[in-house]
Amino acid sequence: MSLSHDDVRKIARLARLNVSDAEVAEVADKLSSILGMVGQLQATNTAGVAPMAHPLDAAQRLRPDEVTESDARDAYQANAPQVENGLYLVPRVIE
Amino acid sequence: MSALHQATLAELGDLIARREVSAVELTRHFLDRISALDAQLNSFITVLPERALAQAKAADARLARGEGGPLTGLPIAHKDIFCARDTRTTCASRMLEGFVAPYDATVVQRLDAAGVVTLGKTNMDEFAMGSSNETSFFGPVRNPWDTARVPGGSSGGSAAAVAAGLAPAGTGTDTGGSIRQPAALTGLTGLKPTYGRVSRWGMIAFASSLDQAGTLTRSAEDAALLLAAMAGFDAKDSTSVEAAVPDYAAALNAAPEKLRIGVPKEFFDEGLAPDVASCVREALAEYERAGATLVEIELPNLHLSVPTYYVVAPAEASSNLSRFDGVRFGHRAADPADLLDLYERSRGEGFGAEVKRRILTGTYVLSAGYYDAYYLKAQQVRQLITNDFARAFESVDLIMGPTTPTPAFELGAKTADPVQMYLNDIYTIGVNLAGLPGISVPCGQIDGLPVGLQIVAPHFGEAPLLAAAHRYQQATDWHRRWPAGWA
Amino acid sequence: MTWETVIGLEIHTQLATRSKIFSGSATTYGAAPNTQASLIDLGYPGVLPVLNAEVVRMAIRFGLATGCTIAPRSIFARKNYFYPDLPKGYQISQYELPIVHGGHLDIELADGARKRIGITRAHLEEDAGKSLHEDYHGMTGVDLNRAGTPLIEIVSEPDMRSAEEAVAYMRRIHQLVRWLGISDGNMQEGSFRCDANVSIRRQGEPKLGTRTEIKNLNSFRFVDRAIRFEVERQIEVLEDGGRVVQETRLYDPDADATRPMRSKEEANDYRYFPDPDLLPVVIEDALIEQLRSTLPELPEARRARLGTQFGLSDYDAGVLTASREVADYFEAVVASVPSAPKLAANWVMGELGGALNRDGLEIGASRIDAAALGGLVARIEDETISGKIAKEVFEAMWAGEGSADAIIEAKGLRQITDTGALEAIVDEVIAANPSQADELRAGKDKLLGFFVGQVMKRTQGKANPGQVNALIRARLK
Repeated sequence: MSLSHDDVRKIARLARLNVSDAEVAEVADKLSSILGMVGQLQATNTAGVAPMAHPLDAAQRLRPDEVTESDARDAYQANAPQVENGLYLVPRVIE
Repeated sequence: MSALHQATLAELGDLIARREVSAVELTRHFLDRISALDAQLNSFITVLPERALAQAKAADARLARGEGGPLTGLPIAHKDIFCARDTRTTCASRMLEGFVAPYDATVVQRLDAAGVVTLGKTNMDEFAMGSSNETSFFGPVRNPWDTARVPGGSSGGSAAAVAAGLAPAGTGTDTGGSIRQPAALTGLTGLKPTYGRVSRWGMIAFASSLDQAGTLTRSAEDAALLLAAMAGFDAKDSTSVEAAVPDYAAALNAAPEKLRIGVPKEFFDEGLAPDVASCVREALAEYERAGATLVEIELPNLHLSVPTYYVVAPAEASSNLSRFDGVRFGHRAADPADLLDLYERSRGEGFGAEVKRRILTGTYVLSAGYYDAYYLKAQQVRQLITNDFARAFESVDLIMGPTTPTPAFELGAKTADPVQMYLNDIYTIGVNLAGLPGISVPCGQIDGLPVGLQIVAPHFGEAPLLAAAHRYQQATDWHRRWPAGWA
Repeated sequence: MTWETVIGLEIHTQLATRSKIFSGSATTYGAAPNTQASLIDLGYPGVLPVLNAEVVRMAIRFGLATGCTIAPRSIFARKNYFYPDLPKGYQISQYELPIVHGGHLDIELADGARKRIGITRAHLEEDAGKSLHEDYHGMTGVDLNRAGTPLIEIVSEPDMRSAEEAVAYMRRIHQLVRWLGISDGNMQEGSFRCDANVSIRRQGEPKLGTRTEIKNLNSFRFVDRAIRFEVERQIEVLEDGGRVVQETRLYDPDADATRPMRSKEEANDYRYFPDPDLLPVVIEDALIEQLRSTLPELPEARRARLGTQFGLSDYDAGVLTASREVADYFEAVVASVPSAPKLAANWVMGELGGALNRDGLEIGASRIDAAALGGLVARIEDETISGKIAKEVFEAMWAGEGSADAIIEAKGLRQITDTGALEAIVDEVIAANPSQADELRAGKDKLLGFFVGQVMKRTQGKANPGQVNALIRARLK
């Protein structure tokens, strides 16, 4: 499995990760080697095997429909890079 | 009686109970050692003297009233992956360099409630992604047994701190070996409980279906003490299991005489260093002498655990780490041109190279056209590996083998080749995929470097696991060895 | 060239729970920004979701009401994409195994015919926050109060063939979710909104054409306008020899047109996978049966029953089952005056409906309760008052002046039924209008109304017009 530089740029865009032109060759190289290693899975016969998403075979627990949270905006926004009037600010979004 | 910093939690608890030392004195002793010695190891990201002393005073007051439990007043260190209220919590990432958690992880809250004193937050691989503690934004951690070598990862800070006597015990998390591997490399007892045994609430997620909190201690007895306080159902975690928590301390001496120990031949493959193999074989012989039967078993799909893990874990991580977008918390790039630029640069600057590789790998294996071939396939193989363990446990009580293929390696030795680094966890990863409990106990040394024996139990078999480890530690003293220069 | 329109709707309905789908935050609309956004809603590092039981119950109720199969095991998945109103960088939704699937709902067409619309599936998911595009120094503000509000997304088969059918279907779903009490259906507040998938094909062509998806339509009128515009646009594109591009579009009500959505230009790859923080949702038969047994009589069934039980027209029965509250109100009126269901229906649809409309009230907030209106209808039925006087009594009741009987008594509105007294008044009126009386005797029947009017005037409307009519005829013919 070998990834091209364009492949890397495409995945990086999907993951919203800046990968500079200087880095792209090394990233492509290392990702290719990781994908080469995981490629071993392809040779395994898994016909009829149910995919396993959780280590434990259990069912989702349900929570009663109760309001347990109260306003803590100031505490939660203490970590925010940019807020105004209680809103988180981001560069202009065009729909 | 050894020095305070060489004592186990159980021993320190006795001293406190007999009023031979106060929680404040104990806390000061460890804080002093940290400030004097940690420059050589870099095991802490944040030391919390004020919080620690306040907790210690409160613990002393509690003890003076005749209250408190076996852990009250005992200091420990938390891996910097657990949120602690009003305390910086970084996950060793630039992304969270200035992040102050507004809430407590359940692990922190439960240990606080038990009267444990938090000395500080320990270094780790960034977002727990690494096996050598070299991916931390705050710099690598060094192994007290040889400071040119790594302590293992990702819980390398807790491991190094405990091994060097800067803390009597530490918490860690284990997604693919991140407690057991550093425990093996630093001569400690490292316990990863069953998936679901300890709440994940407040533990910054790496790979949600694999992550589990555990302990790095000087003995199995200490692991039992800490686990008793950490374990148990938590309504805030949907994957937390509603099962009674046994009395682990009481179970320590309840190991059966006729233990059946499974020894997977796959654990003794060509990748295992021969001298590590002989240390492990010697430990197995010790069990045999104590009445156990060794049974050779097969885990035919175990060799696929590393590739399976490196699909499942990065896939989950790529999604778990999407919340770090520079909007509500965490690093935000300066002067973003637009929204895309804000995202790409905040994340590009905030994450280190290994984290980026895993995010990219995970994004790739989940993306259109590759999902079935990688992610779905890995989930199927995960089932096969789990079935292997289940089959093995039909005929044995415990499985034993090496924790790591080699003792601690030198800093920088594997950073150039991620795949070589990943293979370091070849014996530990399968246990996470199957959600089983595992422990690493020191079982020998090679050229002055510790070697770990890994013991694996069926789901929720922590009690027999700890009992087996305890019995071995009653018969041997590998766990009481001390690195030169740190006495 | 004739073209056939093909429409499928994805209706997003907020579920009327107290707390959010995965957190204990309140879901109240209109709170100050980010004051109902908890650590979980904000996607803080280390937090975990736990599913709200009521959300599951509501989805099952919807499934039962639409003939869906309730999945014994369903899975929450993560839909991964970056957007400022999506705090975690993924939306927790359901993908491969939704909670209910394979149902249907019948709509009524303009000609009265019924048409069955297939419901492919309905799945649970969390709502996103809101981006506020007012100018914050050229930036956008993000309010995450709505993030994590429970949604059920109801996906139809592409069974609708016109904007009218789409609107009729959407109205039926709207009626149903409110009927079941699982949503307030408030469209202004965004509790009920839809995406429309629209394509066209040549009449008779079996293959579907390329579709476009019009996002976020939050009124029945916008659904109608947007589909009409989009159909015209696609026809124009195809007839000009072009090709319809599969894309996401937005409807702009000011321009009455759809346009491509900028933020969706990049091809999406949502990388769905099972959410490892949530386990499979397992629904036991016992729960399904418990919910089935407490399901209310559904709109269609109730409409049919009202028609046969009370002899109402299908149209009237339809109006009276527009909502469960209206139907309950009507039946409560009938309960207090069982002999006059049709009269009760007329009063609920007529005077009451008008008054509610005028004051902008829902029936639940009516100033006259059902028993009181029944009391008024009973007085019409037993001829204590005429229909005309009853309107006056109704207004007084609406103004809070008391019960129908109290008002009739206080104002002396009881109908004059004493024939002798009425005859005397008739005689007075004839005596006062001798020339008109002669003309009527001579056969000018038009003047009958004049005399009835005069009598009614003198009795202040308290006479029975039929009786007056008969008396005048007896005197003058």
